[in-house]
Amino acid sequence: MLYRETGQFKSSYAEDIAIFPLYQDRVAIKLLLLATFLLIPFLAKFQIWPLSTDYLLRAILIPFLVLSLAAIGVNVLVGYCGQVSLGSGAFMAIGAYCAYKFGTGIHLPAFWSEAGISIPPISPLLAILLGGAMSAVAGILFGIPSLRIKGLYLAVATLAAQFFFDWVFLRVKWFTNYTPSGSVNAPTLSLFGYELSTSVDRYCLCLASVTLGAFCVKNLVRGNIGRQWMAIRDMDIAAELMGIRPYYAKLSAFAVSSFVIGISGALWGFAHLGSWEPLAFSIDRSLQLLFMVIIGGMGSIAGSFLGAGFILILPILLETVPSQFGLPVSTEVIAHLQSITFGGLICLLLIKEPRGFARLIALFRQKIRLWPFPH
Amino acid sequence: MRDATGRDKMNIANVKRPYRGREEEVFEPEPGDGARASDKVTAGQIFRLENIGLSFGGVQALRDVSFDIRKGEIRAIIGPNGAGKTSMLNVINGFYHPQRGIVEFKGKRRNSMGPYFAAKEGIARTFQNVALFKGMTTLDNIMTGRALKARQGLLSQAIFYGPARREEIMHREAVERIIEFLEIEHIRKATVEKLPYGLQKRVELGRALAMEPELLLLDEPMAGMNLEEKQDMCRFILTINRSFGTTIALIEHDIGVVLDLSDRIVVLDHGQKIADGSPQEVQRDEKVLEAYLGTVH
Amino acid sequence: MIFIGQLVEVLLGGLLAGVLYSLVAFGFVLIYKASRVFNFAQGAMVLLAGLALVRASNFLSSSGAPLWLATLLGLMFAGAIMVACAWLIERLVLRQLINQDGLTLFMATIGVTFIMEGASQLVFGSDVYPLRFYPTDSWFLFEGAFPGGVLVNKLDVWGGLIAGLLVALLAVFFSRTKAGRALRAVADDHAAAQSIGIPIGWIWFVVWSAAGLIALVAATVWGTKLGVQYSITFLALKALPVLIIGGFTSIPGAIIGGLIVGAGEKLAEVFLGPQIGGGIEYWFAYVVALFVLLVRPQGLFGERHIARI
Repeated sequence: MLYRETGQFKSSYAEDIAIFPLYQDRVAIKLLLLATFLLIPFLAKFQIWPLSTDYLLRAILIPFLVLSLAAIGVNVLVGYCGQVSLGSGAFMAIGAYCAYKFGTGIHLPAFWSEAGISIPPISPLLAILLGGAMSAVAGILFGIPSLRIKGLYLAVATLAAQFFFDWVFLRVKWFTNYTPSGSVNAPTLSLFGYELSTSVDRYCLCLASVTLGAFCVKNLVRGNIGRQWMAIRDMDIAAELMGIRPYYAKLSAFAVSSFVIGISGALWGFAHLGSWEPLAFSIDRSLQLLFMVIIGGMGSIAGSFLGAGFILILPILLETVPSQFGLPVSTEVIAHLQSITFGGLICLLLIKEPRGFARLIALFRQKIRLWPFPH
Repeated sequence: MRDATGRDKMNIANVKRPYRGREEEVFEPEPGDGARASDKVTAGQIFRLENIGLSFGGVQALRDVSFDIRKGEIRAIIGPNGAGKTSMLNVINGFYHPQRGIVEFKGKRRNSMGPYFAAKEGIARTFQNVALFKGMTTLDNIMTGRALKARQGLLSQAIFYGPARREEIMHREAVERIIEFLEIEHIRKATVEKLPYGLQKRVELGRALAMEPELLLLDEPMAGMNLEEKQDMCRFILTINRSFGTTIALIEHDIGVVLDLSDRIVVLDHGQKIADGSPQEVQRDEKVLEAYLGTVH
Repeated sequence: MIFIGQLVEVLLGGLLAGVLYSLVAFGFVLIYKASRVFNFAQGAMVLLAGLALVRASNFLSSSGAPLWLATLLGLMFAGAIMVACAWLIERLVLRQLINQDGLTLFMATIGVTFIMEGASQLVFGSDVYPLRFYPTDSWFLFEGAFPGGVLVNKLDVWGGLIAGLLVALLAVFFSRTKAGRALRAVADDHAAAQSIGIPIGWIWFVVWSAAGLIALVAATVWGTKLGVQYSITFLALKALPVLIIGGFTSIPGAIIGGLIVGAGEKLAEVFLGPQIGGGIEYWFAYVVALFVLLVRPQGLFGERHIARI
């Protein structure tokens, strides 16, 4: 009864192509934005439950936001454009390390003179954007094979990117500013001089970035380039015969995807971890991102959020639930149980609903539209 | 013939043109059969093929085929199965490049033109096995046909509000005119995967029309349709040709449709041309009869 | 002379290591040839087989059985586990995904990988378990030709012999037997093969069991080399470049691919590594595979796919 569309008529194409055509959806999203932008910082500021400690922000909300952004990036490439990529972790790494270098100043020794090229440290936020840009460039480079290579073979080619960059950030000491341990400390974030030191500040930064990112990607996806991506995904030969240039569509998908993933990688390092080592962006991370997209729903922005949330919450559930029941389980056993649950869920979803949680929720919403009537 | 609101669909004044600014010659449809090739002002050739030879891996698909397509006509390509008709269409499209022969489009030699170039120059086509984008709706599928006409860059599309939105709405209006013309308003938000075959073929036609082509290639547009659907499709093809001025090259197995619709016919058999001319000429050609019906030995 | 000796040593070592990669790649090729599924879980199958084997035989020998008996029973136990797994996978996962596209099936095998990794370590433990299946010392060959001789590891040679035997067996199976032909039909089109009466479920069970037994053989070799431990699953990832270079459907191609990857890796590590920074083995094979794909998108021995519209 509540979720009916009766009485809502669109009188222009502009209304029809809006992101949230239903009035109820618009109300819901406004409430959500209000809650996330105003309510949560307010609760955190005055330390009211459930934000009485930093924990919820640091351990759940911030990583959720950053991983959602990464999942959106992966979704653009894998879900909308159909190019399988197992190298997303590498692009996160590129974003993080390049942002780090831009943020701490670059000195490129040149063989023709002593001085070389020197760039002073840039404000961290700008550095994050530049990190994303470098990631986009790398994405375009590693996307060039996709013009000839398809499907599974492309997945292997992206693995080449993943392992290569793993090695680069481990061995090329320049990226870590020659630290002995190989791990880096991110410079403190600041916005026009105001230092973002508390969790709430970093949460707001991530929230703003994710909202902006999701909005822009949604616009791309419902517009012309999004249709080109989906055309390439569904039938690339027919797409070419209709005047869609495959190389432009595929490379733009790689560029947009890597840009978003790069920014999320930089945010992961700067806003979430604070300091990190190369293993933070290994093949495990790539697989994790792929799972988020599969579980959440390929080709769905909302699905990226669902997948990220699920993958983040599950380990916590597996940890806390048995201890609530008084069964002590070691971390090893938890890790194995986690593996089994992920694997089982992926198989189940692929069998029952290949389009993931987002599709299940869409079906649920269709039922709700009719409720309480049967049809 | 009247549509749902009682308008006479065959009256040219009632047909809205999906394209803007087309100043082609418009012919009044006559009761009964349509205009013949001799009645039309032949404005010259739009496409010419000379001595085309095409083979893949040892299989000779086309051998020494030559014919032309005149601007504004409906050219049918017929022949028994395996005659090389779809290969011929693929050559016209730029998807296959012939090993021998000359391909001439709008007066220029275009032997190695790629599909993108062909699309840009105004060649659109439909496919034998419907090649729609399965995951998208009817509306989105037809909108992809407007890809060539998109002008806004990535950044503008990311922001959306502003020039990108205006362009999107403009394309949407063009596509809605096509949807109205093809009478598929009721399925515009349906995922094409779920549509019956006949409707899918109509959506594919719409997608080709969205490109505003000069030359439209149709590969068995009426395969698998019943009589009513065929009549609808014939009506669309005729209107596209007569009112919008699009040249059409058509592969079709239903001889009745071919004889009624087309201005000139090319007959292929085993990769070679065995007849070329008006429907009456081809109907009586001995070689054609032999290829289709066999001869008495 | 010393340099050439070193080159020969590294080359031989690399070639033999490559053959060991091929052992894992065979399982992939078998499954791909029969069902057009790329089995990401092959590495996890090697882990499972190895764990089952080593735990069973350790348990038996510590309960008093003589070594040869413990090993034999351990092998049979591990084999039975692999066959049971194949049955479960076919029943619960593959049967539900008949006629889905390759990407969906690939991702399902990723799911199976995770289940297998978690379950096998949960049941059998997650330590490193050493395995003594083959002699692990080395010969010094060609002592006359090169000073000090060329170091050749006996284990690697055993691996090579076993791989050669498997290649011969599998090649004969696929080209000569009726079952082999049926498998190729199934790979081409699931639904069509079903409709002419080929029992797909049974065929997949047979193939996955065979791949499981191949994984067991690979586990004996790799377990002796590295010890049975979780990191063995990354072998699956290493076999990917082997398959790219050799083609996904070619058994001899898997050997050639393995040789190229093994030799290339070792040579690059020893001769190129010091220049760039070491640890090249990590990514060298993949980059080579990438370049092969750029030249021939279907791999060196793969079948060319002609697009038809």
